[in-house]
Amino acid sequence: MRKTSGTAVRISGLGVVRGSGRRRVEVIRGLDVVVPSGEVVGLLGPSGSGKTTLMRAVVGVQDNVTGLVEVLGRPAGHPSLRRRVGYVTQAPSVYADISVVENLRYFARLLGASEDDVVRSLADVDLTPLADRRVGVLSGGERSRVSLALALLASPELLVLDEPTVGLDPVLRRDLWALFRRLADRGTSLLVSSHVMDEALRCDRLLLMRDGHLLADGTLAELLARTGTADIEAAFLALVEDEHPPVGDDPHDEETGR
Amino acid sequence: MNPTSTLATAGRVLRQIRNDPRTIGILIALPCVLVGLVAWMFDGTPVLDQFGPLLVGLFPLIVMFLVTSVATLRERQSGTLERLMTTPVGKADVVVGYALAFGAIAVLQACVLAAFTVWVCGMDVAGELWVVLLVAVLDAVLGTALGLAASAVARTEFQAVQLMPVIIFPQLITCGLLMPRDAMPAALEAVSRVLPLTYGMEALQDLAAGAGFAEVRGAIGVVVLFIVGALVLGATTLRRRTP
Repeated sequence: MRKTSGTAVRISGLGVVRGSGRRRVEVIRGLDVVVPSGEVVGLLGPSGSGKTTLMRAVVGVQDNVTGLVEVLGRPAGHPSLRRRVGYVTQAPSVYADISVVENLRYFARLLGASEDDVVRSLADVDLTPLADRRVGVLSGGERSRVSLALALLASPELLVLDEPTVGLDPVLRRDLWALFRRLADRGTSLLVSSHVMDEALRCDRLLLMRDGHLLADGTLAELLARTGTADIEAAFLALVEDEHPPVGDDPHDEETGR
Repeated sequence: MNPTSTLATAGRVLRQIRNDPRTIGILIALPCVLVGLVAWMFDGTPVLDQFGPLLVGLFPLIVMFLVTSVATLRERQSGTLERLMTTPVGKADVVVGYALAFGAIAVLQACVLAAFTVWVCGMDVAGELWVVLLVAVLDAVLGTALGLAASAVARTEFQAVQLMPVIIFPQLITCGLLMPRDAMPAALEAVSRVLPLTYGMEALQDLAAGAGFAEVRGAIGVVVLFIVGALVLGATTLRRRTP
């Protein structure tokens, strides 16, 4: 049973264009989706499927967006959302030349968060022992946790996380997913992208993306039942083949196969 | 704009620089070395007294322009600028925060350079020395402000470095350092009037010739206006949404 406490993100008819003139590419076209609040929603799809662009549109930093993107009842990018939405980019966006805690304190001041929030965020990502370390000397995984800690400072209602577990060891990955679960239990809505299909198991709901559009939207059980498959990888393949039959003389094949 | 965010940003930029002692060394020492070379070259002539004040205003401007455009470009490429733009921080907070931080370094740089030029190289300024210092600081801040405005245009480090010849060199040529402005062709003289460096250099030339604050305050006012204009340009060209 799905908790029906409300809607975190409502998207209808989303289109995103990148580049201009002859290099103009429609990265996303005609996408409709509703992300319920208080759940961990996984955004799965291969690299290049438009996951990051979709997340950027939700956060309100993506230009050339058409259609409706409503976040927590406001248009995406609305100034009042800047405290209520936390965003973690795929590459850790942190200052490498200052310490972990200096990074946190700076963003805490911008967000109006307190020193308690700094301590809590550090503990949430398990970085308390490294607080005074300069970010530049940390490993990639540690840096991405600093990046995540910055997004937790203001206890946002919606967290948008772009591949937060890439390159982490399995123990840390498990811990982070446990953290995401705790946050959702506290009422936070999470939109988490991944290209690792097995992370689907940890999500309440899945959005499968490919080529700038949504292949499917539902719980893992629903997707497996719909496709008659045993795991998410097979379900994904089945959904793709549903759209583009692998053999046949469809004249569009050549075009879409590029 | 909000003072907490502006000051937090300035503090963060200063913390970043503090952790890079070599950059501080270069920022402070390089202009001194350059002026020292000029003083050595023209030892025994009145050249230093005549042109020293101009150099004290010029080297910090160039150095601060480069440092600022590279620093803001790094902010853009590391993704931290995009992250900042998702927080409540105002665009002006970011730009003015940078200007304050580099302005503080500019004050230090100008003071060290002026002290070195006067006491070590033996420059004798006919006009008021503190006004030379003021103009030097303002020129350095102008360099920072122009760097902030320019980095809004640059997309790569290569472009950022190329912007120095584009923005600084034409000003160097027409500012009156190579040729007195009244001896220039009328068109070039007109161009020089819309470029900010002209006014700083004019003030410094007058100061070298014995002027005091009262005589150069008009030129100083124009430099301040250019600083404000460049900062406004820098803030308005920042984008929350990017392609």
